This record gives sequence, structure tokens and C-alpha cells, in this order.
Amino acid sequence: MKRTKYKITLLFLLPELIFLAVFVLTPIIGTVVISFLTPGGAGLDNYYKVVTEKSPDKALVLPDNIAKARPPPWGAFIHNIVWVAIHLPIVVFLGMILAYLLHEVRGSSIVKSIFFLGMVIPMVVGGLLIRFMFDGTLGVVPVVLKTLGIKGLISKTWTNYPQTALISLILGSVWLWTGFSLTVYSAAYESLPKSYIEAAKIDGASGFQIFFKIVVPLLKHATIIVVIMTMLWDLKIFDIVYVSTLGGPGGSSNVMALVMYLYFARSLDYGRSSATAVILAIITLIPGVWFIRRVMKGAKTR
Amino acid sequence: MQRLGRLRLGKIKVKYLIINIIVWFIALAWLLPFIGVAMVSIKPFKEVVLNGWWTLTGHYTLNNFVDAWSNPVYSVATGYRNSFIVVIPSTIIPLFIAALAAYVFSRFSFPLKTMLFITLLLIMAMPQQMSVIPLFFMMNRLGLYDRLEGLILLHSAWGLAWITFFLKNFFDTLPKEVEEAARVDGASDIHIFFKIVLPMTLPAIASVAAIQFTWVWSDFFYALVFLASPDKYVVTLQVASMKGQYHIDWGLLSAGSIFAMSVPLILYALLQKYYVRGMIGWTVKG
Repeated sequence: MKRTKYKITLLFLLPELIFLAVFVLTPIIGTVVISFLTPGGAGLDNYYKVVTEKSPDKALVLPDNIAKARPPPWGAFIHNIVWVAIHLPIVVFLGMILAYLLHEVRGSSIVKSIFFLGMVIPMVVGGLLIRFMFDGTLGVVPVVLKTLGIKGLISKTWTNYPQTALISLILGSVWLWTGFSLTVYSAAYESLPKSYIEAAKIDGASGFQIFFKIVVPLLKHATIIVVIMTMLWDLKIFDIVYVSTLGGPGGSSNVMALVMYLYFARSLDYGRSSATAVILAIITLIPGVWFIRRVMKGAKTR
Repeated sequence: MQRLGRLRLGKIKVKYLIINIIVWFIALAWLLPFIGVAMVSIKPFKEVVLNGWWTLTGHYTLNNFVDAWSNPVYSVATGYRNSFIVVIPSTIIPLFIAALAAYVFSRFSFPLKTMLFITLLLIMAMPQQMSVIPLFFMMNRLGLYDRLEGLILLHSAWGLAWITFFLKNFFDTLPKEVEEAARVDGASDIHIFFKIVLPMTLPAIASVAAIQFTWVWSDFFYALVFLASPDKYVVTLQVASMKGQYHIDWGLLSAGSIFAMSVPLILYALLQKYYVRGMIGWTVKG
């Protein structure tokens, strides 16, 4: 009987194993191998060159002009970190609060759909919409700022200036991604034990107290999901940047995935491109391993 | 705020009113970029440059859409054709293959099972950048570079990891009693899978199809690396190419963008329940 079971198991698994081995696993290993290949033999030269690169359109950490007192650009890696540092807290906060408030709102399902639209559209279109919303003549943000009387840099096309390019993309990505956070938290609220909240209300706790002392801790699970997925998205971001700024101007909105692509497509330097990809992959393993541990832990408690 | 909670305007609590106003204000502001793009697409761009898109006066036109659709260089019509050619097989193939594998992950044990499962999870976290360089050489060798078939294979493979994970979680929620009973009655595993389990899996299949379709439709990076001729470009590539480097024709670009996002939006409108369940399902489980 056991042999038959293994036959079926193998039969059902085989197509997937072959597909993955050929089109996913071998390429991933191949990328690691290529990253160590240099003209002088195998070594860490590609990694060294990639990390210490100074020209702003390819730098990961320390571009040439960081001494000049008007950042960015910093390196692409730093830009990704900044992206996470700004985007993540805002998205978590907005999702949590909006999901909470939406219980009291008429037509909340329409509101939820409005926020979710950003998740449904292609990210290339998302990038174009971000470019549009920060456009000096047509964009929502500059036009609103102009009508409020704010002058100067803020009312021009944000993506055209190094000081504002990165932040405009980050804020635009908040606009795109909040729907995800909102959806996860909305679902989480459904499964909250209402009794705690009722008891607290009876005891006379204020809305704020109930929210911060009871609701937020109960949402820990949902928060971890949102944090992990958002980190992964922020680190891997590519389409939005490619189509709106191509990392510019002067590398001020560059991100790691784009640096990898530029080494590949512009410089035709496969060694450095692979090294950049590996570095990016290692960094995505930080939320990635967290994700895997949660899944495996959850599997054990079943 | 406590006092305010008891204040009423007629039958409506003030606090309730304030929350509704604030949230709806935010929601409408959130919608503005879409409204803006829609307005720019139906007005002649020359007018928009002079007067902006926030006025209802002026002329309206469908020329931008015609332009985008039948553009001689980057046309949405070609993009639609290519996108559908790629997306439909790239949704069906991995669904089928992953369902088989997910069933086995859920119901049977076998050597290296945990290691294989963790490999799936690792793939889900990986950036696409990790696979393209060797794939680029591989596709060239196989004569599949700049071919839609090549993209279909790559998207099918890439989708296998998350779809297997998702369906395995779903199968775990199906009670085994029905399958056990059938097994006792002498049914083969193949019969059990196709005639008993699969019909029960339809909602999960709908969720997977919705999300995989959207993901492949929206893909840009693989298309950018593996397609070279504009007549093979999928719609995301077409629209991205419409953006000029120095001067942007927003009339053309907005129409193109609306074309590009219409298909996933319509899909979302039709399958909303499955879509959302799909997104929460594979992140919240475990």
C-alpha cells in the first residue's frame, strides 16, 4: 500500500517539481554562481564593486555627492530603507484606524473598494498615476498646494527634483498600498472578541483608551502580516520607479531592483547585476524568514 | 469627546456625523487621481494644458482613446492581444499543476516534504530579479526570447509557489471524512481528487484565478526583460513606452492607462468577494 501512495505522490508532485527546478530554482542558483564570476576568476569582486560604487545612478550606499549638503541621492539601498521607514508605519496606522472608523460609516464597503483600487491596477499604471498626481501643472498635490497659497518647490513637479523625487514616490506608494492594510485589518476586526470591548465600554473607558489598550494588542497577528508583506513589497519595488523617474533625477529615487536592472540592461554587466540581485534577495530574507517561521509555527500548532 | 458622544442633531449622533464626514472626505480625496486621469483622457490635451482638467467646460473627445488603441508604434490593441495570450494560459497552467501538488502537501507525507514546502515559501519571498539573468540566457538558447510562449512558461513557473501554498491551506480546511469514505469504498486517489475534492475547491480556484490573472496582467519586469519587439509587447509595456522622456502627452498616456487598468478593474468588480478572500486567505493563514 505504501508504494502505491508514493507513486501517486510522485505523480502529482512531478509536474510542479520539474517546472520549479527548471524555471525557478536553477536560475536562482545560477544567479548566485554568476555573481561570483569575475574576469580574474571566482571571487567577491562583483560584490565589492557593487557596494562601493560611487556614481549616483548605481550607488547602493555612498554616492559621490553625499558630501554636498543637499541629499538625496543617497545610495539605492538607503532609499529602500527610507521607503520602508516612511511607508510602513503610515500604511499600518492608516489601515488600522480606517478599519476601526469604518464600522461607524455609512457605505463603508464603497469606501473600502475605493482604497483597494490601488491594489488592483498594474503597478506601471500606479507609477504613471503617481507621476500624474505630482505633476506641476496637472497634478492633484501641487494644484492643491498652490490654491492653499504655498509657493516654491512644493508646487512644481515633484518627480523632477532630487529633493522631492523619492518622497513623492513613497507617498504615492502609500496611496497605492493602503488598501491592502485596510482589507487585512477589516477582516481582523470581524474576528475580534467583542466581549472585551463591550466590557470596557460598560466600565466607562473612552474611545481612545479602548482603541489603544484593547483593540491594538488584539490586532497583533494582523499587524505582523501587514508588516511582513509591506516590507517585502517596499524592498522589491521596481515598476513604479522605472516608469516615473527611472531612478532619477541623478539617482535620487533609485532602488535596488532598478540598480540590478540597469547593470543588466544598460551596462550588460551580468556579474554585478547578479551580485545586486543576491544582495537584494538576502535583504528580502529578513521579512522572508520571519514569514516562513510564522507559517511553520502555525503548522505545528494545528 | 465623552460629552460629544451624547450630543445629537435630531436622531444623529454628532460623533457619528463627524466620523462619516472625515472618512468620506478622505475617500473622495483618495479617488482624485483616478478622476483626474479620467478627465484628462476625455478632453483634448491641448485644452488641458491651458485650462487644467478640473473644469467641466470645454470640449470632450474620444480621440485620446482612439490614438492609444491604434497607435502605429505602441498600440493598446496589440498590447491587449498579447496580454490575453499570455495571461490566460499563465493562469490555467499553474492552477492545475499546483492543485495536484497542493493536494499531496495537504494529505500525504513523504520524504523531504518539509524542505520542499520551505522552498516554496522562500520562492514566495524572492524578488524576480533573482531568476532573470540565467533565464535570459536559457530563453535565448531555447529560442523563446521575445516570444509570448516563453513568458507563459515563466509566469506559470513563478506562480506555482504561491498558488501551491494557497491551495494547500485551502485543502487543509476541507474535512477528510468524504475522501476517507470514498477510499474505503475503493475509489482511487485520482478519482477522489478529480471527482470529489476538485468540485469542492471551486471558490479557492476562483480566488487563485482572479489574483494570478491580475498579477500576470500587471507584470512589467519579466515582460521588460524577455520581450524585445513592440508587436510582442504586453499592454503594460505598451503603456510604459507611451511616456515620453521629456514631454508627456497626458491625453494619450491617460487613455492608455485607463485601457491597461480596465481589465483588472472589471475582473475585480465581478469577482470582488473571491479577490479579497484570496488576498486575505494566503496572508492570514498561519
